[in-house]
Parts: sequence; C-alpha cells; structure tokens
Amino acid sequence: MEEQVDIQQIKPPTYAKGPVGWLRENLFSPWYNAILTCVALLFLYFVFKGLLTWAFTEAEWNVIPANLQLFAIGPYPRDQVYRIWICLYILSVLLGLSAGVWRGIVQRWTIVVGSILLVFLVIPFEIVQREDSHLVSIEFRFNLIWLIFESRRWLLGDVALLIGAFFLGQRITRLRPWILGGWVLSFPIIMFVLHGFGENAVQTSMWGGLLLTLILAVFGIVVSFPLGVFLALCRQSKLPAIKWVSTFYIETVRGVPLITILFMGSVLIPIFIPYFTIDQVLRMMVAITLFSAAYMAENVRGGLQAIPRGQHEAAQAVGLNYVQSMMFIVLPQALRSVIPAIVGQFIALFKDTSLVYIIGLIDLFGVAKSIITNPVWLGRHVEVYIFIALIYFSFCYAMSKASQEIEADLGVGKH
Amino acid sequence: MKKLCFRISVLVLAFLMVSPILSDNHESSILDKVKKRGRLICGVNKELPGFGYLSQDGKYKGFDVDFGRAIAAAVLGDPDKVEFRSLKAADRFPALQTGEIDVLIRNTTMTLTRDTANGADFCPPNFYDGQGFMLRKKLGITSLKELDGATIGVTAGSTTELNLADKMRTLGIKVESIVFEETETLYQSYDQGRCDAVTSDKSQLISRRASLKNPDEHIILDVTISKEPLAPVTVHGDNKWNDVVSWVVYATFFAEEHNITQAKVKNLKSDNPEIKRFLGDTGNIGELLGLPKDWARHAIGAVGHYGEIFERNLTPLGLPRGVNKPWTEGGLLYAMPFR
Repeated sequence: MEEQVDIQQIKPPTYAKGPVGWLRENLFSPWYNAILTCVALLFLYFVFKGLLTWAFTEAEWNVIPANLQLFAIGPYPRDQVYRIWICLYILSVLLGLSAGVWRGIVQRWTIVVGSILLVFLVIPFEIVQREDSHLVSIEFRFNLIWLIFESRRWLLGDVALLIGAFFLGQRITRLRPWILGGWVLSFPIIMFVLHGFGENAVQTSMWGGLLLTLILAVFGIVVSFPLGVFLALCRQSKLPAIKWVSTFYIETVRGVPLITILFMGSVLIPIFIPYFTIDQVLRMMVAITLFSAAYMAENVRGGLQAIPRGQHEAAQAVGLNYVQSMMFIVLPQALRSVIPAIVGQFIALFKDTSLVYIIGLIDLFGVAKSIITNPVWLGRHVEVYIFIALIYFSFCYAMSKASQEIEADLGVGKH
Repeated sequence: MKKLCFRISVLVLAFLMVSPILSDNHESSILDKVKKRGRLICGVNKELPGFGYLSQDGKYKGFDVDFGRAIAAAVLGDPDKVEFRSLKAADRFPALQTGEIDVLIRNTTMTLTRDTANGADFCPPNFYDGQGFMLRKKLGITSLKELDGATIGVTAGSTTELNLADKMRTLGIKVESIVFEETETLYQSYDQGRCDAVTSDKSQLISRRASLKNPDEHIILDVTISKEPLAPVTVHGDNKWNDVVSWVVYATFFAEEHNITQAKVKNLKSDNPEIKRFLGDTGNIGELLGLPKDWARHAIGAVGHYGEIFERNLTPLGLPRGVNKPWTEGGLLYAMPFR
C-alpha cells in the first residue's frame, strides 16, 4: 500500500527558491551559461582589481579638492566671486517660486536640487593646505566650524532663499506670468552681473570652468530650441523662398562638423569684420546655437510629419488660422512625440561645448587640461579626467532622467 | 516702407565702408591703444608646464606669463593690469593679426616663414629650446645612430614629427615613430614601455621626466636636433610697439647682467651711468620708447630679472639654465646697450 504523503508538510527543494535558486536558474542553469558566468566574473575581477588598486594605492586624489574652485569657475577673479553667488540666488528664487506655483515635476526636481545643495552644505569637510607644500588634506570636522567658510555661508543663504521662495510660490499662484518673465529676463541679467562694468568688469576671457560650460550649454539649449522649431516650420512652408532658404541652411550646417563652425567663429569672423571685435565667448555661444538649431529643426520636422493631415484639417474646420492651428493643435503633439530626440540633441550639445577648448576657451575640459600641466600636479591627468567625466555624466544623466519624467507626465506612448 | 528700408541699408553699407577710415585705431600704435585701454591683452599658453598654466587660485602663472606681467608693469606701471587670453597653436597668429591680443608670448618658435608670411614681428627670444630625446638609461644608448630600429613617441601636428623624420633620413637610419595626440598619453605610454624613446623640446622632456614613475631611470641624450628660439611676437608693422616689447625683454637680460634684483630695484641708486640711464635717473630712454621714465624699475620690480623669472618658474621643474644664461657666463642672453 502506498504511503500517503501530506503535501503540506514537504518543504520545497532548497535549490528552487531564494538567492541560491535564483542564481542557479539564471546564471548556472545549462552548463554553457555556467561557463559564461565564470568567464564574465573572471573578466570583471581583473578589470576591477586593476581599477581599484589604482584608485586606492596609486591615484592621488588630492588634485581634486585642491582645485575644486578652479573646476567650478576657472580663472574668474576670486574677489568677484560674490557675483556668481548673486546669479545663483536669482536662479534659486525663480526655481523656488516655480516649484511652489507649478508643483508636479518642477517641484520634484526642485527638491532634488535642494537636497544636493543641502548635502554640499552639510558635508563637514574642509580643505587644508599647508603653506610650504602642495600637499592637501581633507579634514572632516563634525561641528559648525565649517560655516566660517565664505562659500558655506553663501550656500546656506542660497538654500534658505530656495525654500523661502517655494513657500511664497505656494501662497501666491497669481505669479505665473511674472515668473515666466523672470526666467526669460534672468539670462541677460546673469550675463550682465557676471560681466559687470567699469573698473571691476570681468572680461569673458576670465570666465571658465563649469560656469562657462553651463553658460554655453544653457544658452545653446534655450535659444536653439525655438530657432529649430522656426526652421522646421519654414522648411515645411509652402512659400518656396522661405522653404529653400531654410533647407539650404539646415543642410549646410548639418554638412559640416561643429569644430569647423567654431573655428570659423573664432578665426574667420574677426578677419571678415575687422571694424570691431565681437566677444569670443559670445561668438562661440552663437556658433553652438546655430549648429544645434539645424539638428533641432530636423528633429522637430520628424514630429511635424508624424501628425496626420486630419489634425490640420480639423483645426481649419473649426476656424483656426495657420498660427493658431500650429500653436494649439499641431506643435504640442509634434513636440511631444519627439521629446527623446530633442533631449538627445540637448545632451549632445552639452557634451559638445567641450570643443570650445580647441579654440582656447577655458571651459570645464580646458580647466582640466590646465590643471594637469600645473607643475605640482604633473602626471595626475587620469584622476582629473575621471572627475570631469563624472561631472559631465551627472548633468547628462539628470537631463535624460528629467526627459523621461516629462514624457511620463505627458503620457507619451500611451495614446 | 520699402523706401525707408532701402535708405537704411544704404546708410549701414556706407557706414561699414567708411568706418575703417573713421575708426581711431587707424595708423596708431598698439602702445597707444594699451595705454588708452589701461590694460594689456597678452596671448599665452595655459597648458605648458612652467611656461603657462592656471594656478589653484585661478591666476595665470609661468615663465611666459611673467614676461606679460613685466610688459604691463613697464607700460602701465602695474603688473596686474594685464588680461591673459589662452590660445591654442592654431589660432594664435589670427588672434594677433585681428588685434584681439596685443602681444603673443606663447612658446612660439621664431622662424623665417612666421616672420614674413604670418604677419608677425618677433622680439628677442626669451628662451632657447631645442628638440632632444629621452630614453631609458638601461638601453645604454648615447648617440642617435644607435637608435636604429627603435620606436619613438612624438606628438602629432607639430614640427617635432617633421624634425624627427628629417634627422633620421639624413642619418640614414630607420626608426618607427608612434604619433600621439595628447602630451599626457605620450609620456604615459612611454612610461609603460610602449615606445623606446620620446622626442620633444628639451624643456618639455625635462619637466615631464619628473612625473614619470622612476625619473632616475631615464636620461636625456646630449644631442639637439633643432633650434627652437621661443620669442614674444607682435603684429607686423607696428615698430613702436615691437620696440617696447623687445626692450622689456632686454631689460630682464640687462638686469641679470648687472644683478639688479626684484628686491633691490625699487630703491637702487647706482653710480654706473648705464644703470642710471636704465633706471631712468638720467637720460630719456623711457621717453624714446614712449614709456614712463621709470619703466624698467616697474618691470623688474614686478617680476625680477631674467634669472629670477627662470628660477621661479623653470628651476622647480628641474630645468638647467643651459644656454639660457647671460653671455658673460657663456650663454646666449645678450642685452643690447641701453644708451
């Protein structure tokens, strides 16, 4: 007679559950997967062993904290740094207000920015440099002493303003048009504050580091977007003159490398226009923008062509004119569908700003190149390059992440 | 409306055509422009160890930079009244020709082509460099002939590559050159043994040797295959300005010949008539140059004499004075007479 087994009492076999089970099923299940896993592990081991040994024994990370300010602002005069803080204050107030008024995605990102600032504020390290040598050490002090540093005080004010503006924005929602106007005006105001006038004017040749990279990238992104939309609309126009001019522009610019355009702005423009000199940073800003606009136009055109003809006709049927149907019916749908391509273009533009190094501007990459030729830090180039790679990565990743959230917010791909 | 547009465009065109005549920089020297602006604009290199780089506090430092400061001190009385523009090799001459910079002090080798075709006027060289070779001591090589069959690292796009090929052809030996885009990778690869030797300007070889893993294992051959006199440059045709820059360079030579140091120069009283003229106590050499009487005092007071500039910037890199010492000590620095 067969023995009756109570199924309830049998434990499941150990190899089928838990982490061991998962490993067995996914990594070692047929024999060839087991071999692949072993090879991959060995490979990872050798790569990381080399990397980690280098990072912890050979690398001299001192070069990073010692030059933090140089990475941030390059040769910007140290006694004029308060201007950069004023600009950050302007931006923080605007950001805080926007977060309070619009909520949603803006609020989420403001919280992210605020937390990053808070982390910088709270990390209690200070950089100690000995008088007689280049040796730098980072000391951690868990008391309020780090507030004696000027930058910490400025940062504290910045965080306070951000939070204050946020609560103000929550109260007064009528502010919307004013805030939008503020954002538009903020760029020229910031440029003016950074440059100043008279005796203490800071020439743009003294702008550098991350500051310059961000100025170039933000200007390029903000201006090339509307310009690109405009060019795309022109290319779709029924008027041949407008259409051909726009097509010619787009195809010409897309047919040459960015570096050619930068060289033209840097070397040829001053020869063509010898009467007055246009500021070099301005020339580069315009060159990057014009370049990016051509690509932007093609991205937007892709979106425009994806809109079915029926949408135009429906817009006409309800009596909208061309501008209205574009503004309210076609463009919103077209742009929404090409967000990934547009953000991809923004990210490419952000990284491409490093090309201005080739014509002598001291952006983040230029600063890195200069630091590694300081006799004190000769041979420390790998550390410096890794550091700026991390900076570039964090900005690009943030942009990519933000675009995903915007897409989710707008329900792209759902209907 | 159309008429108005047309008139405006005609006006603009006319203005553009006339403006070169109207503009005040016509026929006037850069010296006057610098004085009027109250600031010297000096093109430099921001990534050559010892010659030009950004220090931690964001200021330009280096050998070439110090000469820029000396000129600012001589012309404007203040070594800080100078704006440095970092330039790459490709855009340095256009920047000079278009007037974006007043003077170019960027490790620029003086050559006939540059002096004539590139629209540049050279001042006396402030550093005599030359292309050399660095290799491992244990190879036991002492002359170029023994390099037959070796792999030699070189940076791209410079005359260094050309000089190497020319020299090896004349010697009739075959070497394999590995071209690197970046100076850093060149020396890193050499350090890792990817090439037997590297060739570059000797000043660079010496400064980079210090950053190798074991500097003592490498030697720099006692041969120089090219002349690289590095000199400040001014735009072609502005003799007045070229004179100023040239004599500031001579002033640093002269001060070293007579041991006029940065510390001493301010209150220096001398009986030597030439030194008296140099310091502006007698004579009118300042006036002849279009500079203040005490221009040399300011220049030397700002950066010191040639030896001091050298010791401050290049000695820490391990660079020997070599030929860059006064002619009285067997070098090439020869100040023309201040009279």
